[in-house]
Amino acid sequence: MIHVSGVSKRYGTQTVVDDVSCYIKDGGITSIIGPNGAGKSTLLSMMSRLLDMDAGSVTIDGLDVNDTPGRELARKMAILRQDNQLTVRLTVRDLVGFGRFPHHGGRPRIEDKAYIDQALDYLDLSAMADKFVDELSGGQRQRAFIAMVLAQDTDYLLLDEPLNNLDMKHAVEMMRLLRRLTDELGKTVVLVIHDINFASCYSDNIVAMREGRLVHQGAPAQIMQPEVLRDVYEIDIRIEEIEGNRIGVYFA
Amino acid sequence: MNAVVSTGLPTALTQHQRRPIKGIPPKTWIIALAVLAAALVAAFILIDLRGNIGYILPRRAIKVGSMILVAYAVGVSTVLFQTVTSNRILTPSIMGFDALYMLIQTGLTFAIGGQALLTMGAPARFVIEVALMVAFSFLLYRWLFTGGGKSLHLMLLVGIVFGTMFRGISSLLQRLIDPSEFIILQDLFFASFNNVDGLLLLVSALAVAAVSVLAWRMRHQLDVLSLGRETAINLGVDHKRSVISVLIICSVLVAVSTALVGPITFFGLLVASLAYQLCSHFRHTSVLAIAVLLGIIALVGGQLVLEQVFAFDTALSIVIEFVGGIVFIALLLKGKVK
Repeated sequence: MIHVSGVSKRYGTQTVVDDVSCYIKDGGITSIIGPNGAGKSTLLSMMSRLLDMDAGSVTIDGLDVNDTPGRELARKMAILRQDNQLTVRLTVRDLVGFGRFPHHGGRPRIEDKAYIDQALDYLDLSAMADKFVDELSGGQRQRAFIAMVLAQDTDYLLLDEPLNNLDMKHAVEMMRLLRRLTDELGKTVVLVIHDINFASCYSDNIVAMREGRLVHQGAPAQIMQPEVLRDVYEIDIRIEEIEGNRIGVYFA
Repeated sequence: MNAVVSTGLPTALTQHQRRPIKGIPPKTWIIALAVLAAALVAAFILIDLRGNIGYILPRRAIKVGSMILVAYAVGVSTVLFQTVTSNRILTPSIMGFDALYMLIQTGLTFAIGGQALLTMGAPARFVIEVALMVAFSFLLYRWLFTGGGKSLHLMLLVGIVFGTMFRGISSLLQRLIDPSEFIILQDLFFASFNNVDGLLLLVSALAVAAVSVLAWRMRHQLDVLSLGRETAINLGVDHKRSVISVLIICSVLVAVSTALVGPITFFGLLVASLAYQLCSHFRHTSVLAIAVLLGIIALVGGQLVLEQVFAFDTALSIVIEFVGGIVFIALLLKGKVK
């Protein structure tokens, strides 16, 4: 379970995340939605110790992210940001192999190879395992990074805007993949996402933020309501039920 | 709730599976470069060995030893620095580290006087300077590298401002001190491989050995750090601590090379860029070995050619700076600035 309690972040006089508290229970996908500047990515960065918090605390399975040794936390939780630029030239297998670093500390054992092969296989990357990462397309590179955090073998997976820069096909594939990770491997996935309809169709739980505050939290059916979404985004969004999914229509 | 499980990703992704051109493995490069470096060192010591061997041999040994130490210090500090700052353009020299060291030398002369420094002896002076160097670079640069999200342009700008400022204060102090003391100082700055103090070389080698132990123990973390700050933190590396360790290692190494031969701005960039080109593997043990060997070849080989072919021996740094400067501009133009 992830327990966020009274977390705040300020830059000068501006409060970016304002006293946010929530529980994220184990299993399933939790989507964090909200307009630009709502503090979604900042909250995720603090949950994953990429950014220091000014107040509050976050515990993951009882481990406080502020004072648990980095390596111990790295075996419990993985974080993947969007802009993954590599300055080094690596093959896909080498990159995925780095996911085992928290477990072996630089000295790979035999069982680590099995995890790497499994992760490559799960993301259908086995055929291009010996290619260099910079030779891959954007979607493939993203899958290579997902394979790395999969090889990390953590219970919790935090993703910051995983659909950024992906076309429709790759976006759907990514969400299906995350669904498989939770359904087949029992992982807990938390992601920041802009598309409310992807959030509605694929998540088990939605957290809505506005101006640094957590304003709503609940199942997709509770959040995908015109009055709730108006409160979050300040525009009128019509909700249609299509094949059992609640879809927001806001294009016109 | 849509829980469709995909049965497999499209085959289009697996179609064009071209094997990457691996090139020559790093191990082969290391062996070849080591042989070349050893041959150059042997040639440098043995060529034209006439007259009083008991006098010439130790002199040449000190000269070649200082070149090897400088090559090592510059190669290692540049690669480590570029790893923790996730870039291939900035080097400790470009960030003003050697200007800081020169300011410390000047400041020390200004504070306690050139004669006092001379009587203190090179090793003691060096130890004090290195201690000050580590302290000041920690104070001045820590904020720049430990946090995330600093752009390369900001860092480059800070480096240029710092470098200019350190040089400015240095030249102000140099104008204020006694002319005879200025000559002592000038002797320190324009030191070349021809007048290295044997004792200073020994102390430098000890300092380099000490920080090398620290770097060796960090080698696996360094490989992870080369993936960038956020990925390194995700993989459990204590980023802040690693950056501070590298900062300390770099200040000691820059102090060593500057104390031995004076500032050389673009040499590190030159050997590091070449090492990345040659080394198809990301492991620091390979990249560092290649960078150091290239440095030794460039310095010893260059000095050998200048002494034997052109019969003058002060222009090596000019040649290195010229070539290194061209590489720097080429890297900038190639758009590697990210």
